[in-house]
Amino acid sequence: MTREIICISCPIGCHLSVSYRDNGNVQEKDIQIENNKCSRGLIYGKEEILSPKRVVTATCAIDSIHMARIPVKTTGALLKNSIYPLLEDLYKIKLMPPVSAGDIVLENFMNSGINVIATRSLSR
Amino acid sequence: MKKIEREVLIIGGGSAGMAAAAEIAEKGHSVVIVERESTMGGILNQCIHNGFGLHRFKEELTGPEYAERYVNIINELPIDQYTGMTVTEIDDQKDFKLVYAFSSHEGMVEFKVKAVVLAMGCRERNRGNIGTPGSRPSGVFTAGLAQRLVNIDGLIPGKKCVIVGSGDIGLIMARRLSWVGADVQAVVEIQPYPAGLTRNIVQCLNDFNIPLHLSHIVSKIYGKDRVEGVDITPLIDGIEAPVQTFHIDCDTLLLSVGLVPDNEVSKKAGVIISNQTSGPAVDGNLMTNVEGIFACGNVLHVHDLVDFVTEESIRCGSYVNSYLEGKTKGSQYSVMAGANVRYITPNKFTSDSDNKFYLRSMIVKNQAELVVSLDGREIIRKKQKHVQPSEMISCEIKADLLKSTGLNEKSRLEIGLKS
Repeated sequence: MTREIICISCPIGCHLSVSYRDNGNVQEKDIQIENNKCSRGLIYGKEEILSPKRVVTATCAIDSIHMARIPVKTTGALLKNSIYPLLEDLYKIKLMPPVSAGDIVLENFMNSGINVIATRSLSR
Repeated sequence: MKKIEREVLIIGGGSAGMAAAAEIAEKGHSVVIVERESTMGGILNQCIHNGFGLHRFKEELTGPEYAERYVNIINELPIDQYTGMTVTEIDDQKDFKLVYAFSSHEGMVEFKVKAVVLAMGCRERNRGNIGTPGSRPSGVFTAGLAQRLVNIDGLIPGKKCVIVGSGDIGLIMARRLSWVGADVQAVVEIQPYPAGLTRNIVQCLNDFNIPLHLSHIVSKIYGKDRVEGVDITPLIDGIEAPVQTFHIDCDTLLLSVGLVPDNEVSKKAGVIISNQTSGPAVDGNLMTNVEGIFACGNVLHVHDLVDFVTEESIRCGSYVNSYLEGKTKGSQYSVMAGANVRYITPNKFTSDSDNKFYLRSMIVKNQAELVVSLDGREIIRKKQKHVQPSEMISCEIKADLLKSTGLNEKSRLEIGLKS
């Protein structure tokens, strides 16, 4: 099959044409990429097929006089299909101040090695 | 009424105000920041996504993290901070300015200062600005308001949403709403190209299979008490094609249709507003036509990266320092937007020091060229890999290039893009 993927490695945004055989277990060597203007397009296109990952930013509930939610983020990019399970977990958490930016909210999610940390400090 | 005397007052404690304040305080001048919200940081506090600070801090931060870096910087310096306080008026008395502000905590306060920095940021254009017909039910929000409701107040504006405008805030909200369980039906953009950054189109729309309707408008809003749906009509050669109108059921409409610098207080003080940027017209020192009133950040022109706001505001702070020390750079000459450039700021330059300009393209193009000419003579030609209206271009012109050129009061610098 062929998919059109826009490369976001730089502002030019090449419209990559990515072809591969969809047999449930795609290998790197089976992926053909066209319309890339530079080599970063090759890396980006392959990653998007083999293991697309995203940094997730969200909020958790907090018991504060200033606000109802405190912002959090993953410490690295997480596999796309783990995002909704992560959000489910995050939305169950309620934090109590004081919180410092960088405090771990959720550790080693699903053994991914990725933590979720607070991105704002709040004293009360 | 409480009376306070300082050298500089900064209106707004967002990224612009904090950066300018730090620069001024570091040089030993007394400075006060007046912020309307209960905490410093401005709009950064609700921008919980990442992508901030790649230029300024060489790492990818979220909005609140970027704000906190600067809060920590200003807390280390002797800077007075008033939160929950609104400035209502600047009274220009030539040698000094009287700035009136109030808060529930302090009541009315009169600040006597030598210089004022406008750093109020911008506000969102709303339904009135784009004139969408139909009924007036609840459920129509600006995207930034929806962002605040979701990210700070923990309220979800609706379950089935349509977003008007493909600006970055709208795109970011499409992803945010998807991640809090709302269903985003479509993004509707009047222009034939997206208004936001490509990476946001990819990560906020394509990842969630949200359709982007380019060259389309929302032609009618339905609903009595609450939004029930919208009509969407394509534009063919710029003209509505009503036959092809289609309907989407939704309970919420978000508007991400541009930002306007927030200059009500500036105008009352006699500051002249530029037609191109909707921000104050400023000289090479980022000073407005009212001596001693400076401007930086989104109140001057709408930026797309906070890093540029910080850079501009640090420079603004240094110009304020020069002003206080009586070392303001001399003669100022005109700067004009050339071919394919929507606006350029500042609108004046000096040959006494280096000049930095920000400009916005009117065209989308790979391999464009930036051409700078002085009185019709080309002095700089620079390759631009890619230009588009949503990505601001910066341009620096060294003083050496301008010094030996026989400038006179009619001299004019023009910066254009060659297509």
